[in-house]
Formats: sequence, structure tokens, C-alpha cells
Amino acid sequence: MDALASLADGFAVALTFQNLGLALLGCFLGTMIGALPGLGPSNGVAILIPLAFSLGLPPTPALILLTSVYYGAMYGGRISSILLNIPGDEPALMTTLDGYPMAQQGRAGEALALSGVASFVGAFFATVGLVFLAPQLVRVALLFGPAEYFALFTLAFATLGGVSSRNQAKAALAAALGLGIAMIGVDSQTGVPRFTFGEVHLYDGIDFLVAIVGLFALSEVFVFLEHRSHGAGPEKKMSIGRITPRLSMLRDTAGAMGRSTVLGFIAGVLPGAGASLGSFISYTVEKKISNKHDTFGKGDPRGVAAPEAGNNAAAGGALVPMLALGVPGSGTTAVLLAMLLALNITPGPLLFQQNPDVVWGLIAALFIGNVMLLLMNIPMVGLFVRVLLVPSKYLMPAVAMISFVGIYGVSGSTFDLLVMVGFGLLGWVLRKLDVPLVPVILGVLLGNEMEVNLRRAMTISDGDWSALVASPLSVGLWTLAVVGFILPLLIGRYLRPQIATKAREEGADPD
Amino acid sequence: MSDRILGGVSIALAAFFVWQATLIELSFLSDPVGPKTFPIIIAAVLGLSGVAVILRPDAPAAWPALGRLLEIAVTAGVLCAYALSLPQVGFLLATAVAAAFLSWRLGAAPLSAVAAGVAISVGIYVVFHLILGLSLARGPWGF
Repeated sequence: MDALASLADGFAVALTFQNLGLALLGCFLGTMIGALPGLGPSNGVAILIPLAFSLGLPPTPALILLTSVYYGAMYGGRISSILLNIPGDEPALMTTLDGYPMAQQGRAGEALALSGVASFVGAFFATVGLVFLAPQLVRVALLFGPAEYFALFTLAFATLGGVSSRNQAKAALAAALGLGIAMIGVDSQTGVPRFTFGEVHLYDGIDFLVAIVGLFALSEVFVFLEHRSHGAGPEKKMSIGRITPRLSMLRDTAGAMGRSTVLGFIAGVLPGAGASLGSFISYTVEKKISNKHDTFGKGDPRGVAAPEAGNNAAAGGALVPMLALGVPGSGTTAVLLAMLLALNITPGPLLFQQNPDVVWGLIAALFIGNVMLLLMNIPMVGLFVRVLLVPSKYLMPAVAMISFVGIYGVSGSTFDLLVMVGFGLLGWVLRKLDVPLVPVILGVLLGNEMEVNLRRAMTISDGDWSALVASPLSVGLWTLAVVGFILPLLIGRYLRPQIATKAREEGADPD
Repeated sequence: MSDRILGGVSIALAAFFVWQATLIELSFLSDPVGPKTFPIIIAAVLGLSGVAVILRPDAPAAWPALGRLLEIAVTAGVLCAYALSLPQVGFLLATAVAAAFLSWRLGAAPLSAVAAGVAISVGIYVVFHLILGLSLARGPWGF
């Protein structure tokens, strides 16, 4: 039960006046960001990392602020799925299937409230799962040597490419691109510059914040520029209806929420799967179990509750490998990893031993943020709905300028801003070509760590490459990596919903 | 076609990467792997996936018309110019111009675009500089 004792310490950290205020601010900002068209959890948090960083907040408060934004954005994304049939991000796709029909029947308020409750249930129990599972995983992770870590990183890329993308070759290409970008700069072990072309600015390497903000946020501006003519804001007024769910509805959907939470959490813990898979599996399974009267897809509340609980549970589950191993499995956790690295915190087993206040403060903040979001979302949904109506012609310039401000605040360097514009264009081109951006980010984030582990393993074995597969643990990881990459090639088409393909083409926020 | 080009570009990039990797000077202190090996492994993955993309391309990507493409290029140019002019003319002026341009290109009427540009610039200045104390670019006039 030391997990509970540590958690109590975490609450002591999180329950200060300042941290509660930051959590409240983060939840509010996050819900707005999630509700705004064109901004989702990944790019919303991406813009805010440099800002939180340059404001000089200490690690724990900054972490609390940004995770609240992240959770808030996950909540806010539902609003446009339900009201406008436009998913704010990929996991919200499944919510449109039954959420939008409910809104058309004038039950938008109920659908929103129900999705709020389902999100709360999913996220709450996933955080409970995190409390108990992460320390177990840490115990395993302490057995890891450099060779095992190298295999683990490969596993993360392989499953990410295998499970969550449609074209494995493009995912591998994206990962290699990201890793290649990470190689730029002075080699940390020998001190020789690599791929710098004599440019002094490149000696430090390319800051992953610059890459993330460029790829996620600035590319969005280019996407909007491309689609401007048919990007007119929604004009018609939606009637919200009652904004509290009926108790009978909650009772009817309780089973769906419970099942989806378990499924979503498992999907989230698996590397590479993430929230999209969580919401998809939950919806599909729930439909199989409960669709006796053929009500799914026509505004069945269980069809709203299941994917919402599933994707929030998966978002919580995805934090387990991210915190315990330092290996994120999805776009949003990759952004959270970037946030930790920007604050000079390296996730992994040592984090639990050296900075327990940060980990448990963060986990406590997740609990607090969850409760705040539930309390805030139900009465204030009318306000957030109005945010949806902000036209993109005023919103996107502000987003672009805030991205610049954030990066300039961190580095004060014009060169970094130019690189960011380059990444924005690159992100736009890659999106057009259907190359996933998440492996690129993951490559930029993990590249150096991956290389360090490889070289450490080789130094220990004195250059013997068979050391990479010397322990049963690493053999297991390599096997998983190969299976995770190859298997979806064979069964992949059954794993992924068709509409996900459509949304990706329309430039939905990645995971 | 787009995918074939993507594959070709990746292969070229991989080749360039390998070439650059072989140019890395070795220092006298080195580990068994050295600074070249991992980049070459990455380049191999990049090249192989480029080949795979060429062999099995997806459905062709829908590119915007030439005019729109040019517009995106011009916008990128404006954003670069914005980055370069920040230290010269200061945050407020540069941001107002850049935001007004973006807003105009995203479909606002010229006058409301200018208003939006000024509002965004002043808004960010007030919130991030005056309230939150973030340091923004200072031009010759200090703002």
C-alpha cells in the first residue's frame, strides 16, 4: 500500500492554493482549446509548453497546469463532435456516431453532460489504475539495461507504426525522419558535431519544442489556409436542451462505461495504441453487446458513453508506460513527454525514486483536474459552445502568433523561429501525403536517448552486437516489436474504423 | 505520383545522410559504436521505407490548385520575414502586420483584418508581457 501513501503525499503537493488555482486555470483553458476548431490536445499543449516554460514556473506547478490543459482539451474536443459532427481530434471520432444524432434530436445538452460523466468515469478509474500499475512496471523497468531500453524504444516505434497508422512504410519513414532530425548537433559522447553543415545554431541540435510547435500548431495554420473557402463557421443555432443527464440514463449507461473503462485502459497501456484505439474498441464492443434494438448510430446514449469512457481511460492508461518507462505510445503522451523533458525531468523508473513529489503530485493533479472538469463542464457548457463560433480567420492568426511568442520566449533566437516555419511547412506536406506526424515527434524526442542506450550497450559488450539480444527480456521485447509491426499488416484493416481514414484526410488533429 | 516523389526524396535524403555521416570526424576518444553507426542505421530505415512507399503507393494526395499553393508559399515567406523583422522593429508592429496578413489571407475583409492584427498584437502584448512578464522582442522603441 505504499502507492496510497505516496499518493497522499502527492495530494499534499497538489492541494496548495497556487496549484489548485493553476489546475482550475488549466482546466478552463484546456476546455476552450479543445472546443476551438483546429486546436486539440496535442497542438494546444504544444503551444503552451514553451509559454509555461518561459514563464519560469517550477516543474510541479507547470506540470499541473499543462496536464490540466491536456485533460481539459480531451473534454472540450467532445463539444464539437457532438454539436457539429466535427471531431476535434481522432479519439473523438467515435463520439460523433451517436453524439451528433442525439444533438439533432434536441438532446445535445444531455449528450454533452453524459459524455462529461463518462469521461470522468473513464479518466478517474484509469488514474486509479495508473496509481497501482505504474509502480509495478517501475519494478520491472529497474531490471532493464541499455540493451533492453534500446529494444523498448524500437518496440514503441514499431507498435506505433504498426497499430496506429494505415501505411507501415510511411510510419517507418516518419520515424526515421524524426530520428534523423534528432541526430543533428554535437554528439553527446564524443563531442564531434554531426550534420551541422558548419552552422553554429545547429550545434545544440534542433529543439524538440520548435519541432513540435511547428509540426502540430503551425501546420494547422497552413491547413486552414488551404481549405479557407469551405471553412465557414457554423451559422445555425443549436438548441442545447437540458444540461443535466437523467439519473435513469446514467443507470442505463453504467454498464457501458464500466466495460469501456477496462477496455480503454488496456488499450492505453499497450504501447502505440493510445486513445483512438481505446475509443474505437470500446464503441465496437459496446455495439456488439448492447445493440439489441438497432439503436446505435441513431443517438443511443450508450454509444456516447462507451467511446468517451474508453478514450479517457486510454489516455490515462497511456500515461503508465510514459511515466514508468519514459516511452510514450501516442501523440498526446509524446507531447506530455516533451513537456517533462522541457522541464528537465526524465521520465522512467528513476523518476519514481528521485522525484516522487513530481510523479505523485502529477497523479494527484490528474484526480483534482478530473473532478474540476466534471464540475465545470456541466454548468458552463453553454459558454464553451459559444467558443465554437469563433471564426478561424481571427483564431488561426492568434494561434500562429502565440506559437511564435512561445518559441521566442524560450530561445530568443530568430533562427529557431525560421526553423519552426520550416517545420510548419514540412508538417503540412507530410499531412497531405498521409505521413503520420507522431512518429516524427517521437523520433525527435527519443532519438538521442535511443542512440545513447545503443552505444552504452555496445560499450558494455565491447562492440559485440549480439548483446542486443542477450537477455530473455530483450528477446521478448524484440519479438513484441516485430509482431507489433508485422501483425497489423495482416489484420490491420479490421483494427481501424473507416471514418478514421476520412477524418485524417480532412486534417484532424493526430491522436 | 506524390507518393513516388516522397519515396524518391526519402531515398535521396537517406543517401545524403549516409554521405554526411561518413564525413563526421572521429575524435580520438570513441566508443565501439562511434558517432556514425546509428545515423547510418537510421538512413537505412529511411531508404528502405522510401523504396516500400514507391513500390506500394497510396491513393494520390489531393493537392490544392497552383494559386493556393503559391499563397501558402507566400504566407510561409511572410512568417519568415516576421521572424527576421522581430528584433528590428519590435514585437508590436511586426506582429500586427503578420497577424493582419494571416487574417486577410484566411478570408477576413481588409479592414477587419487590420483590426484583428492590431487586436491580436496588443492582446498578446498585454497578456503575455504586461501581465505574465514574458520577454518579447524589443524593437528600437522598446516595444
